[in-house]
Amino acid sequence: MSTKKELSVSAIQEGTVIDHIPAEYLFKVIRILGLDNCSNLITFGTNLGSSKFGKKAIIKVADKFFKDDEINKIALVAKEARLNIIKDYEVVEKKLVHIESEIIGIARCFNPKCITNNQEVTTRLLLVEKEPLAYKCHYCEKITTEEHLEII
Amino acid sequence: MKDLSLVSINDFSKEEILKVVELAARFEKEPNQDLLKGKVVASLFFEPSTRTRLSFETAINRLGGRVIGFSDASSSSTTKGETLNDTIKMVSNYADLIVMRHPLEGSARYASEQSSVPIINAGDGANQHPTQTLLDLYSIQKTQGTLEDLNIFMVGDLKYGRTVHSLLQAMSHFNPKFNFIAPDELKMPDEYKIWLDSKGIPYYEHSEFTDIISKADILYMTRVQQERFVDPMEYEKVKNIYILRNSMLDNTKDNLRILHPLPRVNEINTDVDSNPKAYYFEQAENGVYARMAIIASILGLV
Ligand SMILES: [Zn+2]
Repeated sequence: MSTKKELSVSAIQEGTVIDHIPAEYLFKVIRILGLDNCSNLITFGTNLGSSKFGKKAIIKVADKFFKDDEINKIALVAKEARLNIIKDYEVVEKKLVHIESEIIGIARCFNPKCITNNQEVTTRLLLVEKEPLAYKCHYCEKITTEEHLEII
Repeated sequence: MKDLSLVSINDFSKEEILKVVELAARFEKEPNQDLLKGKVVASLFFEPSTRTRLSFETAINRLGGRVIGFSDASSSSTTKGETLNDTIKMVSNYADLIVMRHPLEGSARYASEQSSVPIINAGDGANQHPTQTLLDLYSIQKTQGTLEDLNIFMVGDLKYGRTVHSLLQAMSHFNPKFNFIAPDELKMPDEYKIWLDSKGIPYYEHSEFTDIISKADILYMTRVQQERFVDPMEYEKVKNIYILRNSMLDNTKDNLRILHPLPRVNEINTDVDSNPKAYYFEQAENGVYARMAIIASILGLV
């Protein structure tokens, strides 16, 4: 049941297709998921037309099945992303990404005077607003809004 | 143990706040007690603050405890590059309680997670300074006879002033009404106004410091600092507008008291000092009793 759109990037036998990534965040998604250090077969396409929102990108990772907390990390930059789990060229499962109420060690607190930006302390941000995204730092209590979110 | 720490004023419920206020009054009546006898309190000041440190160390001594520690980072191992984590891990093996001031924001929360003994935050950068807030509340209770239903005016730097933000949060338990008087550049940030809205607490904003203060029960003054202004001309325009002078107090309520976290620069004219409504020096003294109450309560000694 591969659609025509998916065929614009070569099909995979087993693995995960991540679709509906905003084109501008393709490389961020690659970095968040650690695909830049992954030896699996990976193909991606970008600047593909999307009726929903501007240009989109798609990534296909062969023989890789992400855990939920792993994949939810990309919600910070690609909350519309959709996952297709592929087995034997067929989509066997579809998944959406979810914004987690707490993100640990993924994004930076924007406050330069925060302990997490000055010593070896793992960041811990608590979701306070979904639209637009806003997180409160567990340590310095400052709010980091979507436009200041920086992925570690 | 770490759950007993006082890192942020939001860690204390209304009941805990009232307990500290009530205890502070008891310690004021009988300031010398031996509750901390045999206990060691570490006083770790990674940045100097003589006023806060002396207040804490007086409180510890009046309770009969012993103090170890340092009064600025240059005399501590942090100048040799020791991390906060390592310092706290070491000191929490020596002491029963740690009082800490540190220039980095969030450092107190982090320390409370690493420490095996409770931490009292004596200021973490521009973030929190909860013992200041509790002494402010004790001062308000003492002068007004209650914390409930008061009209609180905050004047000056309401944008960066952490004392006003913490006081606002703590007072929200007691059905207050707020009036904010500040230049445009230093207005109360939206996040606090949204928060007040969500609690249904009324507030009014003013840019002029005029006879509207005639309705005030508490006038909380803060410093307007030049370095907060991007445009020095803006500072020149406002620096003399937010000064309290004795003549402005003529039509104010009898129960009005003027608070200020100190030190002041010029925002309260010295001619106010002799007015019975001036309370900022007594307020500082209340800090010792409030800190005795906080220490005794955190260590479960009362
Ligand atoms: Zn932070």
